[in-house]
Amino acid sequence: MHAPDGFLNAGTAVATGAVSAGTIAVALRRTREQLRDKQVPLAGISAAFIFAAQMFNFPVAAGTTGHLLGGALAAILLGPATGALVVTVVVVVQALAFADGGLTALGYNVLNMAVITSFGGYAIFLLLRRLLPSNATGVILATGVAAGLSVVLSSMAFSIEWLFGATAPVPFDTVFGAMVGVHLLIGIGEAIISALAVGAVLVARPDLVYGVKDLDRATLAERPAMGMRGFLIGGVLVALLFAVVVSQFAAPDPDGLERVATDTGFIDSAQDHAFGSSVFADYATAGVANETLSLAIAGTAGVVITLAVGSGLFFALRDRRREPDRDHHHAAV
Amino acid sequence: MGAGHAHALYVHEHSPVHRLAPQVKLAAAFGFVLAVAVTPREAMWAFAIDATALAVVVRLARLPVAFVLARLAVVLPFITFAFLIPFVGSGERVDVLGVSVSQAGLWGAWNVLAKATLGATVSILLAATTEIPSILRGMAQLRVPETFTAIAAFMIRYLELIAGDLRRMRTAMTARGYDPRWLWQARPIATSAGALFIRSYERGERVHAAMLSRGYTGTMPALDRRVATKREWLIAAIAPGVATGTAITAFLALM
Amino acid sequence: MDIRDVHFTYPDGRKALRGVDLRIEHGQRVALLGPNGAGKTTLALHCNGIYEADAGSIHIGALPVTDANLPEIRRCVGLVFQDPDDQLFMPTVRDDVAFGPANLGLRGEELDVRVAEALDAVGAADVAGRAPHHLSGGEQRRVALATVLAMRPDLLVLDEPTSGLDPAGHRELVDVLRGLSITQLVITHDLPFALELCERAVIMNDGRATADGATADLLADQGLLHANRLELPFGFDPAVARRDNRPTSPR
Repeated sequence: MHAPDGFLNAGTAVATGAVSAGTIAVALRRTREQLRDKQVPLAGISAAFIFAAQMFNFPVAAGTTGHLLGGALAAILLGPATGALVVTVVVVVQALAFADGGLTALGYNVLNMAVITSFGGYAIFLLLRRLLPSNATGVILATGVAAGLSVVLSSMAFSIEWLFGATAPVPFDTVFGAMVGVHLLIGIGEAIISALAVGAVLVARPDLVYGVKDLDRATLAERPAMGMRGFLIGGVLVALLFAVVVSQFAAPDPDGLERVATDTGFIDSAQDHAFGSSVFADYATAGVANETLSLAIAGTAGVVITLAVGSGLFFALRDRRREPDRDHHHAAV
Repeated sequence: MGAGHAHALYVHEHSPVHRLAPQVKLAAAFGFVLAVAVTPREAMWAFAIDATALAVVVRLARLPVAFVLARLAVVLPFITFAFLIPFVGSGERVDVLGVSVSQAGLWGAWNVLAKATLGATVSILLAATTEIPSILRGMAQLRVPETFTAIAAFMIRYLELIAGDLRRMRTAMTARGYDPRWLWQARPIATSAGALFIRSYERGERVHAAMLSRGYTGTMPALDRRVATKREWLIAAIAPGVATGTAITAFLALM
Repeated sequence: MDIRDVHFTYPDGRKALRGVDLRIEHGQRVALLGPNGAGKTTLALHCNGIYEADAGSIHIGALPVTDANLPEIRRCVGLVFQDPDDQLFMPTVRDDVAFGPANLGLRGEELDVRVAEALDAVGAADVAGRAPHHLSGGEQRRVALATVLAMRPDLLVLDEPTSGLDPAGHRELVDVLRGLSITQLVITHDLPFALELCERAVIMNDGRATADGATADLLADQGLLHANRLELPFGFDPAVARRDNRPTSPR
C-alpha cells in the first residue's frame, strides 16, 4: 500500500502530512520517555526487524503469498508510540532510499501504514484485553483481532482520504468497498502472523511485550492449547461476511443498498446533496447513487478511526505516569 | 512487492549529480515532485517538459536508462489501477475504439499515470545517486530531528543482519522439509519471527551497552556535516525550477 | 585495576560472581580463562560500570567505579565486545571510530586525527569509508578494536577477540595486540593465543578466580586445566611453543 505520487490531490497530501508530522513528533517524545537512552538502538533495531519482517512472505493459499504490515505488532510489542515511530522510519526510508512510495505521498502513507495501524491497533488491543481473559490465550486472541482490524482501519482511512482528495472519478463507495473488502481478507494473514509471533515472544520473554506489562509470568503460563484451525476458520468466516456486506459498495450500481436506504427512509431523494460537496472531491461523490448513505458510511468510518487512533494516543501518553523501571540488569547509568 | 524493498538502488558513479550535497538533492526532489503534483493534468506539454528535464538529469548522473526503466516497474500495480479507472469511472461516457469509457476517467487515468511515473523517476534518481548514510545526513541538515535520523541509521545498519537471520531460519526450516502453501501452515514462520524479535531486541541491548562503553549519554554526537554551497543549491534548483515554471504556466493558461 | 571481593547476582536470581579478587598492574597482559558460564564476560562488564556490583569494590587506578566517575572510567577502560556487530553500529567505519572520541568532546580536525591514528594502529585505514556490515570477520574485529583505541584507554578488556577468525585474521589481530603497550585483560578460550600474548593468566570458574599465575605454568598443569573444564588443543605442547618463537605472518 505504498501509494505513489498523484493518487490524491495536493491538499490531502499536505493535510495528512501535517497530521503525520505532528503525531510522530509526539511519538518521538513519548518514546524518549519510555526508553530513555536506549531509544536509538532499540527503536533502530526494531525498525530493522519490522522492515525485514515486511520483506518475507508467508503462504496464504495454494502457493500465493502475503506480506506483513506490522504496525499493530510493533505497537503491542513496543508500545504504540514506539511502534508508530518505528514503522514511520521504515516507510520514510523506503520512500527515500528504495523509491517505494511517492515523496509527496509520504503524508498519507505514513498516516495509513504507521500512525493508524499502531495507535488504532493498540486501542483495539486494549479494548479486547478488557473483554478477553487475562492470560496468554486472551492476549494472543486480542493481538490477532487487533492486527487484522488495524489493516482494515488503514484501508478505511485511505478511502476517506479518497473522499477528500480523489483525482479520478471513481466514487467513494466503490473505493471503500474494494479497499475494505480486500483488506478484510489481507487482515486475516496479518492477524494470524501477528498473533503467533506475539505468542512466541510471550513464551520466552514476556517482559519484552509492552501489551502485557500488567501481567506476571504465572498468569501468562496458563496456556490451554490454541486451536489454530478453529481460530483461522472463525476469522475467515467473519471476514468473508464483512467483505460480502462491504463489497456491496463496490458495485457501481448499488441497487441493493439504495433499496435498503429508501426503505429505511435514509435517502432524501427529493433534494440535492445537503452536505455541500465543496469539501469533498467532486470525483469522489459524483456518480454516487446515494450520496447521503455514502457520506454516512464515510462519517461513521471516520469517527471509528478517529476514536481508535485518539484512544491509542491517549493510552500511549497516559502510560508515562506509571512506568516502572524495567531494566533487566543493574545498569549503572 | 516484498523483497523489492531492500534492493538498494545506489549506483556507484562520480557524476556531478552524485557529488551534490544530499540536502540539496532531497530538497530538489521534493520540490520537483510537488510541482508535478500540482500541475493541471490537461497540460500535457508541461509533463513533457518535466520528463525531458528528468531525462537530462538522468543523463548527467550517468545512469543507464535501462536501469531507470526497470526500476520504474514499481509503479506497475498503480498503472494497472489507473488503466481500470476509465472503465469503472463515472461521468460522461465517450467511445474509444468502440468501447464506452468515462471521459473524466480517461483524464483521471492520465493524471495518475503521468504523476506517478514522474514521481517514481525522481525517487529512483535520488536513491541511485545518493548513498543511504548520505541521505540520512541530508535529512538531518534539513532539520529532521536527529533522533529520527539516528534511528534510521541504526535500522539500515542492522537490516541486512536481521534479514539474513530470517533468511537463514527459513532455509533451516526448508531443509527440514517445510514447504508451506496455506495460511494455517504458517505457524513456524510466525513463531520464528517472534524468536527473531527477541534476538534482535537482545542485540539492541548489547549495542546499547557498547554505546555506553564508548561514552554515550543519550544524545548522538554530531559528526561530520557538510554544509552545501550556494552554488550547489542553485544548481539543484534548476530542475524543480523548470517543473514549477511549467506548473505555474499551465495554471495560468487554464484561467 | 583492582577488583576486590566482587559479588553480582542477575535480576533473575542467577549468582554470577561470588567474590572475585583480581589485581592487574600497569603494562601487564593478563589472560582470563575458564569454562562458559564462569562469569568472565560478567566481570568484564563490571570493569566499565555497565554492571554494578552488589558487594565489593572495583578501582581503576585511583578511581572507584561509581556513577559519578563513569565518564572518566569509560574513557580509561576500553571494552571490546565478543560480537563485533554489537560494537559497530554506525553507518561507516569512520563514524564508528569517531563515535567514542566525539562523545569525549573532540571535533573537527582533532577528531579526524584521532580517527586516523586509531585506524592506522590496527591496520584498517583502507576501509574507513565502508559500512561495517560489509567487512570481513577479521576486518570487523580490528575495526572494533580501533573504535576503542580511539579513546586512548589505559586498560583494554577484550572478550574473545579471536573467536571466528581465520588463521590470517588471527595472526593480524595478534600482531596488533602485541604491538600495543596498553595494559590488557584478555578473555579467551584460545589457549595458545593466551600463551603467546599474555605472560600471566587467571582462571575463573563458577564466579570465582581459582588460579592465578604465569600462563606457561598454568597451561602445563593438566590437572588444573581439567578441573576447570579447560583442555589444550590437540598436539599443542606449551613447553615447545616458546613465546619468542613466533611464526611470520602469512601474506
